[in-house]
Amino acid sequence: MSDRAGLLSAVRRALGRGELGVDERRELDARIASAESGPIPTRAQGERRELIDRFIAMAEEASATVRRVAAPGEVPAAVGDYLAAHNLPSRLRVAPDPAVADLPWRGQPMIDISVGAARAEDSASLTPALAGVAETGTLALVSGPGTPTTLNLLPDAHIVLLRAGDIVGSLEEVWTRLRRLGALPRTVNFITGPSRSADIEQTLQMGAHGPRRLHILLIDE
Amino acid sequence: MAHAHSSNFEANARAALADAQLQRALGHVRVNFVERRAAAAARLPEFERLRDRAVAIKDHTLAHLDYYLERFADEVGAAGGTVHWCADAAEARAAILAICRKAGARTVTKGKSMVGEEIAINAHLEANGIEPVETDLGEYIIQLRKEPPSHLIAPAIHVSKEQVADAFRAAHRNLDPARPLGEPAALLAEARAALRGKFLAADVGITGANFLVAETGSAIIVTNEGNGDLTQTLPKAHIVLTGIEKLVPTLEDAATLLRVLARSATGQEFSVYTTVATGPRRAGDLDGPGEFHVILLDNGRSAMLAGNLRDALRCIRCGACLNHCPVYQAVGGHAYGAVYSGPIGAVITPALHGLAGARHLPNASTFCGRCEEVCPMRIPLPRLLRHWREAEFERHLQPAVSRAALAAWAFLARRPRIYGPAAALAAAVLSRLGRRHGRLGSLPAPAGATFQQMWRRRP
Repeated sequence: MSDRAGLLSAVRRALGRGELGVDERRELDARIASAESGPIPTRAQGERRELIDRFIAMAEEASATVRRVAAPGEVPAAVGDYLAAHNLPSRLRVAPDPAVADLPWRGQPMIDISVGAARAEDSASLTPALAGVAETGTLALVSGPGTPTTLNLLPDAHIVLLRAGDIVGSLEEVWTRLRRLGALPRTVNFITGPSRSADIEQTLQMGAHGPRRLHILLIDE
Repeated sequence: MAHAHSSNFEANARAALADAQLQRALGHVRVNFVERRAAAAARLPEFERLRDRAVAIKDHTLAHLDYYLERFADEVGAAGGTVHWCADAAEARAAILAICRKAGARTVTKGKSMVGEEIAINAHLEANGIEPVETDLGEYIIQLRKEPPSHLIAPAIHVSKEQVADAFRAAHRNLDPARPLGEPAALLAEARAALRGKFLAADVGITGANFLVAETGSAIIVTNEGNGDLTQTLPKAHIVLTGIEKLVPTLEDAATLLRVLARSATGQEFSVYTTVATGPRRAGDLDGPGEFHVILLDNGRSAMLAGNLRDALRCIRCGACLNHCPVYQAVGGHAYGAVYSGPIGAVITPALHGLAGARHLPNASTFCGRCEEVCPMRIPLPRLLRHWREAEFERHLQPAVSRAALAAWAFLARRPRIYGPAAALAAAVLSRLGRRHGRLGSLPAPAGATFQQMWRRRP
């Protein structure tokens, strides 16, 4: 079992050749290293302001909600407003990342704040995004000690903090940013709107297994 | 469904056409898939260029598949994961069972995986005392109904909401039998609650992969429900069960393919969850699986690299060829009696399981060519179906009557002096029979003259 050599030789036999030579391998190494992009859609390009507007429009089209806030200090109040407006319990599970854990939560004494990975009973979470992709209104979230993946998945409502400066045009720009950060994290979640399913009579229903609500707080500063 | 497993396509098709509930369900295909795909493609001016690039990426990868498999495996190892190289279904089942046993698994959650169907992993786990739980809503429904999927991306497309309610009442016996389950929203809420417990209890999670990235050793999966993410994040071990043809060189290449995948499949701009998983959880991570395994399955794929069939290995399992196929639209997926249905199923099933048991599949086509038009990977499906029909004829797999009729036609076609009068006689007889009542009356009646006769009489 797990016969690597056997499987590879079956592939080479079918391709009608032996192992690739050193030069050919070097060419293929170079193709990978070049990280060359395919066609980038026009809608993934443009001025920053245009990209921000497109991100918002596309995210809303995917049934996410977006609220613009002027500065990080206003996030706790915006979270309080959101939970109240949707009759959600005043409890929030916050990612340990300082970008969200260190916000001035004392101004929202009504919200029961806790920090860590998601637990089965958590009803709402707040996590920071690495980037937003304007092309499709997609959030890019990475796993790490400060950003557990379960927060993106288990709670009914997922609130995401995104800085306008982190909005990029295309998926490819996210890859570039990730490479700059070093080895890929265990998980990169690209999330476009709340969870849904059309598996029963092809009728679209929101909230299949992941969050029923996705709310993006876009920080303008 | 008594006819679900039969390979008697004609009997299955007849039963499917007479099944009013199935016909109603298949009506959704046109609206939900065909129209939405057309709208999504029209909205992106670069769509055709992206298709061309996607084809080029896959052709390049398949021509150098040994290199990309090795690079992928090395990167998986560097990220702390394990690759299992499996020549056939039995090896893949054994590898998965060994991982589950080592993890002491009693419950295994599963994301949707066609390769899982291909190797019948659920039956194998059950036979060994492990409970497999499908978590994609459609897959969960058909698991409860003990049926195979009838579509690549909408496995329960043939099931009505009343049938889902029946299946849920039979399975969820701890709930109030009088609860209302008339609406899809109530059914979804019940499935969400039932499966949440399974997600949290699972020891191992098995997902498929839409793409494997050689550059980084990553597995990319795409879902709308988020079930694939819960499946891979919560248990102790994550197993990626996938075929060797899923490789792409880089993350940029994956981006190009992702742009054509969702649009071709559901007409979405992008699926809700696109997840890149690389190795097990890292030092300091608060969640994520402790083990990361990739099952790389051959099972007939390497042999397809050798000839015409290599083109079919470009397939990204979007389902567009099923949605646009007049035969699939008329009879649905179960009539094919194979794990992979529709045009792509008719091409790859004989390669994976042998032509002798699947000879009906390449014949379940009108050769109208719509599948090739919409295939994002431009797989020449009609040409590949013809490849199998020729192989079938060469290997004498057709019934004697078909062979005799073809031989008689060939005899006449080579003798124009006899062919003309014989065709005129046949046309006259058929024309008369076609006007009668009874069984022959349903035949489309020929005009009463042959093309050659009409050509001679033209003014």
